[in-house]
Amino acid sequence: MIEIQNLSKRYGDLIAVDDLSLHVEAGELLVLLGGSGSGKTTTLKMVNRLIEPTAGRVMIDGQDVGGIAPYELRRGIGYVFQRVGLFPHMTVGENIAISLTLLGWPPPRIRDRVAELLELVELSPGVSADRRPSDLSGGQQQRVGVARGLAAAPHVMLLDEPFGALDPLTRDRLQQSFLRIRKQLELTAIFVTHDMAEALLVGDRIGIMRDGKLIQIGTPRDLLRSPADDYVRQLIETPMRQAQVVDALLEDTSS
Amino acid sequence: MIEQLELLPGYLTAHLQLTLFALLIGTLVSVPAGVLITRHRWLEQPVLGVASVIQTIPSLALLALMVPALAALGFRSIGFFPAFIGLVLYSVLPILRNTVAGLNGVDEALVEAARGVGMTPGQRLRRVELPLAMPVILAGIRTSTVWTVGVATLSTPVGAPSLGNYIFSGLQTRNLVAVLVGCIAAAALALVLDGLVWALGAAVLRRRQGWTRAVLATIALLYLFTGATLVAELRTSNTDQVVVGAKTFTEQYILSEIMSAHIGTVTGAPTRILSSLGSTVAFDALRADEIDVYVDYSGTVWATLMQRHTTATNRAEVLAGVRKFLHDEHGIELVGSLGFENAYALAMPRAQAKALGVTRISDLTAPAATLTIGGDYEFFGRPEWKAIESAYQLQFDEQRMMDSSLMYQAAGSGQVDVISAFSTDGRISAYDLLVLDDELGAIPPYDAIILAGPRLVRERPDVIAALRQLTGTIDADHMRQMNRAVDQDGAGVTSVAEQFLREIRD
Repeated sequence: MIEIQNLSKRYGDLIAVDDLSLHVEAGELLVLLGGSGSGKTTTLKMVNRLIEPTAGRVMIDGQDVGGIAPYELRRGIGYVFQRVGLFPHMTVGENIAISLTLLGWPPPRIRDRVAELLELVELSPGVSADRRPSDLSGGQQQRVGVARGLAAAPHVMLLDEPFGALDPLTRDRLQQSFLRIRKQLELTAIFVTHDMAEALLVGDRIGIMRDGKLIQIGTPRDLLRSPADDYVRQLIETPMRQAQVVDALLEDTSS
Repeated sequence: MIEQLELLPGYLTAHLQLTLFALLIGTLVSVPAGVLITRHRWLEQPVLGVASVIQTIPSLALLALMVPALAALGFRSIGFFPAFIGLVLYSVLPILRNTVAGLNGVDEALVEAARGVGMTPGQRLRRVELPLAMPVILAGIRTSTVWTVGVATLSTPVGAPSLGNYIFSGLQTRNLVAVLVGCIAAAALALVLDGLVWALGAAVLRRRQGWTRAVLATIALLYLFTGATLVAELRTSNTDQVVVGAKTFTEQYILSEIMSAHIGTVTGAPTRILSSLGSTVAFDALRADEIDVYVDYSGTVWATLMQRHTTATNRAEVLAGVRKFLHDEHGIELVGSLGFENAYALAMPRAQAKALGVTRISDLTAPAATLTIGGDYEFFGRPEWKAIESAYQLQFDEQRMMDSSLMYQAAGSGQVDVISAFSTDGRISAYDLLVLDDELGAIPPYDAIILAGPRLVRERPDVIAALRQLTGTIDADHMRQMNRAVDQDGAGVTSVAEQFLREIRD
């Protein structure tokens, strides 16, 4: 369980995150949604201390993350981000196993775990662990990125627009894979996106951020039924309206 | 040719000692410094600035500057160490700059990924940043390797033998074979070492473990071999060997061979010649007991070290003054005069002198404004030149500095009109030059004198006695003849020296 309490981040006069509090239940996936500059990524990065907060604190399973050495904290948290960041001088297998290597797992155990993960992210049998990341397509690379985040069986996952740079078809396939995996592993996760359709698809609850503040948090149904303001209403109505347009088109052509 | 190639193993080993260890230390300093700079940004400008300034110092000057610098700090100031430290300083910039560029060039997404998976700063550096920056860092090491091999040829004047000995002595004695052997050997060495670093990089990058091991083993063997020879040399250099010094011109090479062979025959002491030393380096080396004996010229000590500017001094007076000065100020003994003078003299082509009606320096006062004078690197900065200029009111149209070995040819072929010749040089007659009379005595006398260092004076009276036997044995004609035999007729320095010793013993 993740508990964020009165978290703030200031850069000089600029307030990136403003007194934000929320919690994520064990096994729950919370989506943070907002435009660029809304503070969603900054909030995410303060959870694994890639960014240090100006004020407030983050607790994971009742423990203040500020009291854990950053590198130890991060080894227990899966992290996947849009720019993937696979190490080009390592093989696919070495990339997936990096946190296991850092944790000092013996090589045979690492090999087994890598095979298991390649299967989990649906790369096996097509992609061998000996390949270089540069040999893979963008979608395959991000599957490796997800596998790397999952390697040490973390109880918390942080995902920063993980599928944002992929083409729509690839994105759809990865979203489906991800949904299956998170159900299978019962992940506790925070998922950052600016895409409402994706948020509705993957999130148990959605937190909407604007100018560093959390404006509303709730299930998709809550947001649809009682949006807190016009901004939230617009955000949530956009995918609906698009779906209606598509439906209408389909009816036209079928009649 | 064969004579030259026999010298190759010694010079090549010495060259390897300098370059390999300078590169090793240079790399061990620069890579960590580069890492430090990228962790502490404010250091980047100052550190790179200092390294760049060092790089802009001309390499010959940088190596020569190490001599007084080391002497001031109380270290051994001649030979391996000044050259080595100069080369280390010179090797730093390319490696440092490329380390910084390589680390700065690592994609920020990868740095974030490294942090995100839980690497400590040290792990991030070792596992991600350094491996990714490696090709750029290796490129810097390759640049540095080629530079260092080249610059190491300039170690010769500070008393460290290298492939530069071929080049320096070859240029002076007009032995083009020696110059070519030196240049080709240095170029080949640069290519081989550069190739080794390239091979290492390629092997590591392509993850060929066998290949990597083979290259590493080759490099390790090179280091082991040169390291062993270096240690052996540094150990034996403290024995009772007598070290004979020579500056960078033919006469000095011949005289050092004569003294070395004579000491060996008479006393049985082992001797070693350290040749092509810079002019002031030779004196500093003698004072510091880095060399034991060499030949200098009374007027040089008089004008340059004692800073006397009086004109019209006689030979005996200058000799006595120099003897007292060296003994009192530096504990150096003037063992004796060899019997000839090698003075600075103004000389010009005989035909041109005749046409202008010039026989004395004072005859130049009027036509100087239309004439060009050529001098060696030291001449125009020396007090003697100032004395000549003011005594005779000389205002030449142009002054050109050139290597002393090229001066005579330049005068002979009319590219300059007047040169600062050395009176014993065989090329004065070879190019039919006229030595102009210094009737005002602006140029002091330059008796060739054997100088012995403090240690030799204290510990080896037998060697001093042997050297004293050479007093008065060489007159100016004889010296000129020997110089000419080497410079014009292509005789070997050693054989000229041997022949001389045979003659005086008969």
